[in-house]
Amino acid sequence: MTVTILAILGMALATYATRASGPYLMRGVVVKGRLKAALDALPPAILMAVIAPTILTTGLAESIAAVLTAAVAFMRAPLVVTVLTGVISVVLLRMVLS
Amino acid sequence: MTSTAREFRQGLLDVLPILVAAAPIGLLWGTLAASKGLVPFEVWLMSATVFAGAAQFVAIEVWRDPVPWVLLTVTALIVNIRHVLMGASLSRHLGGIGRRWHPFMMFLMADENWAFSERRALKTPLSLGYYFGLALPMWITWTTSSITGAIVGRSFGDPAAYGFDFAFSAMFIGILVGFWKGSRTAAILGSSAVAAALSKLYVPGAWYIVIGGIVGVLVAALLYREGERS
Repeated sequence: MTVTILAILGMALATYATRASGPYLMRGVVVKGRLKAALDALPPAILMAVIAPTILTTGLAESIAAVLTAAVAFMRAPLVVTVLTGVISVVLLRMVLS
Repeated sequence: MTSTAREFRQGLLDVLPILVAAAPIGLLWGTLAASKGLVPFEVWLMSATVFAGAAQFVAIEVWRDPVPWVLLTVTALIVNIRHVLMGASLSRHLGGIGRRWHPFMMFLMADENWAFSERRALKTPLSLGYYFGLALPMWITWTTSSITGAIVGRSFGDPAAYGFDFAFSAMFIGILVGFWKGSRTAAILGSSAVAAALSKLYVPGAWYIVIGGIVGVLVAALLYREGERS
């Protein structure tokens, strides 16, 4: 086995360990009250954390595009329209602001 | 059409725009990986078994000769540690799906299909058909575009020129709105965003996602009042 294949398999195992361990953490746990409030917040908190550096610290174009995208999303636009708004506005804003 | 086929089709329809955005990113990643000396089979193998865009881009940054396989393994663990939290959350919605499918479902859990699954679970029970309708096309697109990038190489240009690099942020914003429940959500999202952005700037490595997620969850726990309906 080459060291490249070894590295890929190591990465694959490490990644699968992170994916498979979540459900085991929750086994036998009764989810209610404060714990339920905390877990309900987990998906939006993680989604926000993934994109926060892009939309807050990359540049003005990305930050403005994020605001426009959020505004369109809040008007209950379909997801495709929301994504297109983000993509088109970031391209235009980068042209204008650079 | 059986209900499984209908659910699969719904998942596929939901994930289609993501496939369009993911394909150029896979091409770019495959191109970069090939430029570091990986042969097309190795490029395909990594996309097929690791199946995590952020971790794969970081790995190619770190990649050098001789291949530092221990460092690469540890880095993949750190970049992907958010999956532990995501899987813990998703496992609450797996009650109606047979146990034997769970390991395979977790193998295919990526940010995008996880986010769609969580959004759907707000309204209807999560089904196996819907989940695979999201996840299998993602896996096929990611592996195919990666190996294509490795073979065809540098003729695609920069995805940032077309704004594709922003498509994932825009999609996550669109999905986030579905979780909105008023001022408390604003407090959770605001604290998570600030914590993640500061961590990205001042904490080495890829800890910012986990830090932002945990801060948001702590704020939600602090704001909870006994006796309220949830």
